[in-house]
Amino acid sequence: MVLSWGFKPVPVRGRIVRISGPLVIAEGMTGAKMYEMVRVGEDRLIGEITRIRGDLAFVQVYESTSGLKPGEIIEGTGYPLSVELGPGLLGNIYDGVQRPLPLIAKIIASKIPQRKMFIERGIDVSPLSHEQKWAFYQGEPEDKVKLRPGDKVKPGDVLGWVQETEIVRHKIMVPPDVRGKLKWLTSDGDYTITEPIAEVEVNGKVKEITMVHRWPVRAPRPYKEKLEPTEPLITGMRIIDTMFPMAKGGTGAIPGGFGTGKTVTLHSLAQWSSANVVIYIGCGERGNEMTEVLVRFPEYKDPWTGKPLMKRTILIANTSNMPVAAREASIYTGVTLAEYYRDMGYDVLLVADSTSRWAEALREIAGRLEEMPAEEGYPSYLASRLAEFYERAGRVITLGDPERTGSVTLVGAVSPPGGDFTEPVTSHTKRFIRVFWALDTKLAYSRHYPAINWLLSYSAYTDTVEEWWSETVDPLWREYRDEAMAILNREDELMEIVRLVGTEGLDEKDKLVLETARLIKDGFLKQNAFDPIDAFTPPLKQFKLLKMIMDIHRKALEMIERGFTVAQIKEGLGRLYLNIVRAKFTVPNNRLEEIDVLEERVLKALEDYEAKVIIHG
Amino acid sequence: MASLTGVREYTRITEIKGPLLVVEGVSRVAYDEIVEVELATGERRRGRVLEVNRNIAIVQVFEGTTGITTIGTKVRFLGRPLEIPLSEDMLGRIFNGLGEPIDGGPPIIAEEKRDINGAPLNPAERDYPEDFIQTGVSTIDGMNTLVRGQKLPIFSGSGLPHNILAAQIARQATVRGEHEEFAVVFSAIGIKYDDYYFFKKFFEETGALNRVAMFVNLADEPAMIRLVTPRTALTLAEYLAYERDMHVLVILTDMTNYAEALREISAAREEVPGRQGYPGYLYSDLASIYERAGRVKGKKGSITQMPILTMPNDDITHPIPDLTGYITEGQIVLSRELYNRGIYPPINVLMSLSRLMKEGIGPEKTREDHAEVSNQLYAAYSRGVELRSLAAVVGEESLSKVERLYLKFAEDFERKFLSQGTRENRDIEKTLDLAWNVLSILPEEELTNVREEYVKKYHPEYKGG
Repeated sequence: MVLSWGFKPVPVRGRIVRISGPLVIAEGMTGAKMYEMVRVGEDRLIGEITRIRGDLAFVQVYESTSGLKPGEIIEGTGYPLSVELGPGLLGNIYDGVQRPLPLIAKIIASKIPQRKMFIERGIDVSPLSHEQKWAFYQGEPEDKVKLRPGDKVKPGDVLGWVQETEIVRHKIMVPPDVRGKLKWLTSDGDYTITEPIAEVEVNGKVKEITMVHRWPVRAPRPYKEKLEPTEPLITGMRIIDTMFPMAKGGTGAIPGGFGTGKTVTLHSLAQWSSANVVIYIGCGERGNEMTEVLVRFPEYKDPWTGKPLMKRTILIANTSNMPVAAREASIYTGVTLAEYYRDMGYDVLLVADSTSRWAEALREIAGRLEEMPAEEGYPSYLASRLAEFYERAGRVITLGDPERTGSVTLVGAVSPPGGDFTEPVTSHTKRFIRVFWALDTKLAYSRHYPAINWLLSYSAYTDTVEEWWSETVDPLWREYRDEAMAILNREDELMEIVRLVGTEGLDEKDKLVLETARLIKDGFLKQNAFDPIDAFTPPLKQFKLLKMIMDIHRKALEMIERGFTVAQIKEGLGRLYLNIVRAKFTVPNNRLEEIDVLEERVLKALEDYEAKVIIHG
Repeated sequence: MASLTGVREYTRITEIKGPLLVVEGVSRVAYDEIVEVELATGERRRGRVLEVNRNIAIVQVFEGTTGITTIGTKVRFLGRPLEIPLSEDMLGRIFNGLGEPIDGGPPIIAEEKRDINGAPLNPAERDYPEDFIQTGVSTIDGMNTLVRGQKLPIFSGSGLPHNILAAQIARQATVRGEHEEFAVVFSAIGIKYDDYYFFKKFFEETGALNRVAMFVNLADEPAMIRLVTPRTALTLAEYLAYERDMHVLVILTDMTNYAEALREISAAREEVPGRQGYPGYLYSDLASIYERAGRVKGKKGSITQMPILTMPNDDITHPIPDLTGYITEGQIVLSRELYNRGIYPPINVLMSLSRLMKEGIGPEKTREDHAEVSNQLYAAYSRGVELRSLAAVVGEESLSKVERLYLKFAEDFERKFLSQGTRENRDIEKTLDLAWNVLSILPEEELTNVREEYVKKYHPEYKGG
């Protein structure tokens, strides 16, 4: 896919004949291209052509169409809806079509100061600063290999780099549609993104290369080869990393009714994940949630580098009250930015909150186009659009030299109406993702967070990341994990019996299963995203906490076989029980040996108790 | 909409259906433009343009189309969107849904006129809400804390005391350390006269009338006006908050009537329906109302929204409460079961939630133990409720000793903590101390959500010495 459809596009000009919400129809548009970006009306609103019939073009408009009249002009741009890629993206907040929101506020403030907090229409701003100078260095930051004039260059070759933020070195690569002989490469120095930094001879013509290029959002960026995701994306969330792990380059969905904690979970992912770059899309969600990220992320530290989180984050905000068509575009804008950083060789995490709002935008526009609806009014292409989106994830060998791998991990929230997982968006999404974190209203009601239901969730990466855990953390990881999962499953079966006979009717071994399940839930699965220690649990701590609980379970099981009751074992534990449950937030992440000490103390206490009872009993 | 042309008049009406008029032969009519319809009798009604297709305009008539004929009716396109005049003097006054005074008082001398649709707030210009509002209601302050700039709806059922609760909150709400009272913008959307009268009397009795502006569309008034009533109210709220530095509490009741009016217009337009006949854009439409709450950088004022909606058949999965819950920052859910047991306020705490709670609580704001105590109450009460339904089947004697204590806890929680008088105003210390009192029924080993330090400091067993 190349950037434009040939040289010197001929822009078309037509007139509006019909306006219905975000859909505008124009006549006299012969020659317009499908998905071409257009400017609509006197205010030059941004739109995109989504259907062509005769000389009519159907345009979805990314801004409010209030006040638009038939007869006004529509102008084609000759280009598809595209994003600007270059240094200056990180730390920024954009709307769904990549307009920087702080700059919009600034422009409005200069015109009507008291209206600066509102988004007015028809504001034309470029996504990246064209004035800011960046210190450009030749070559690849780690490799020190530099290209020389005369060298053959191909898409993805690293020409140089700039330090975009304290965390991320932004690699300046040969754009995906340029291939030829390097004629000139500038020396190290300060440049704006529009100043040429290199020249490449392409088929006898000289092409200038700057630090910025455009890419159409609906076209996936090319790569050399896709790889299997084998390395876990560590999130610091115990139920995710240990029970239902995500892999770098993987795909996942978080469905849940309102109040089940989708957004908090996504915020935690964005905060703690072991990714180099995080892209957060607020797609049709609350304004305050974006503000929360904007306010908190500059204060929070990235646990992997110790630098402010905002330095590795890009926000795309198309909140629920912003124009609906831009909501549809925001997902593509986000994933294109993700692929761009992947191409530099980074691990990128993209979280989209929520894909249901995106699907609804699709439905609304389809409805206005009077398309035949499929399930629940959604268009018949809902499934294929979802598939296309999730297929843009992956761990890849990128184009260009030096050889590097990068990944895009996609996680989408799903907001099923009435919490019903059989609705179209959830059920289709399930077909295209490999990790399913099902949020549960009942757990949320009892404030068991993250409210991820361990019976309904799954991860297809448990096997692929096992090797990493085994080598990096402990060979016994899988064994303890599976044992804990078995207990949780057994508890669910037992609860069926308890509903008939009560807990006192169970035999001691089954009672122990209930107790251990409770310990796993309270002491391991439940995690407070707002507690300074508990919010992020490093892999080794996850392992030690689970090991402690399961070792106690094993010990208790032995005692039961020797005739002890669960009530006695609990007596033997006494107040130590509280220490076990609280270890997750009382043991600091840099003093993990305290968990070993605690485990020994607990096992010793049980042994002492056993000895005492046997002597006196 | 500065570029709109002036007033134009047309008479070719080709179709009338439901609240819609189809006018042909028009030119330069703008989408969303406001319209005046003059009947042959001289009666004037208002409407707005829903769609323009070449020289055909589809107009929605707010007062309905009863009596309109295809001949002799004049449709004037006014060349502007629906605007209302704004002034601080609107506090203390009563208006209809379109923002015209109906209290017999003088007309409003506008300091400014504004489009009622507003514009979306720029997320980069919002300020994060974090000022604790003490409502004096234990379950709200203690477990579902409200903060200034939040939108927190009450999900109720028909016949439940949501009005009394909303009134209690409006009367008692204060931000600690500040003496300034909230200005209240009250929007009645298709409610019964009794409900309106209740609030009017309540505001009069509490002497609050001079800081309340009421926008009223009653059940027997034209349904289409319901679509603009919350927007006129919020336009005034934005003016008071961002231009006049006031803290505004907006009460919107009843949003179910709003959604029904929207469904009616959607059906008349023969749109593809979404769930239960509601249009597919119900979510975005509701969001354009609810998102008009918050705080803004560099402005002193704020808008706190408390929408009230009745859940059809008490069903929280019905599209109206469901979509509302996805937009608002939590919800206060009322329970018929608690109400029938004589408990006021009948708040189902397990289903209720305040998403912004964590920002408004903690040391210096409320108390250091607040978050953990609240988590402990949730964990314990949900266990108690679960065991209660278990005990109903297997009998209490099939439960362990600790489990029976949970039953007692749940009972005391409802009777002592949840339950309070309609005029009882508890401060946050009292609320938290009450919480510790009921929690002390449970053995200390069960208090796994609270750190030991707080147990030692606030648990009645240690506190008393």
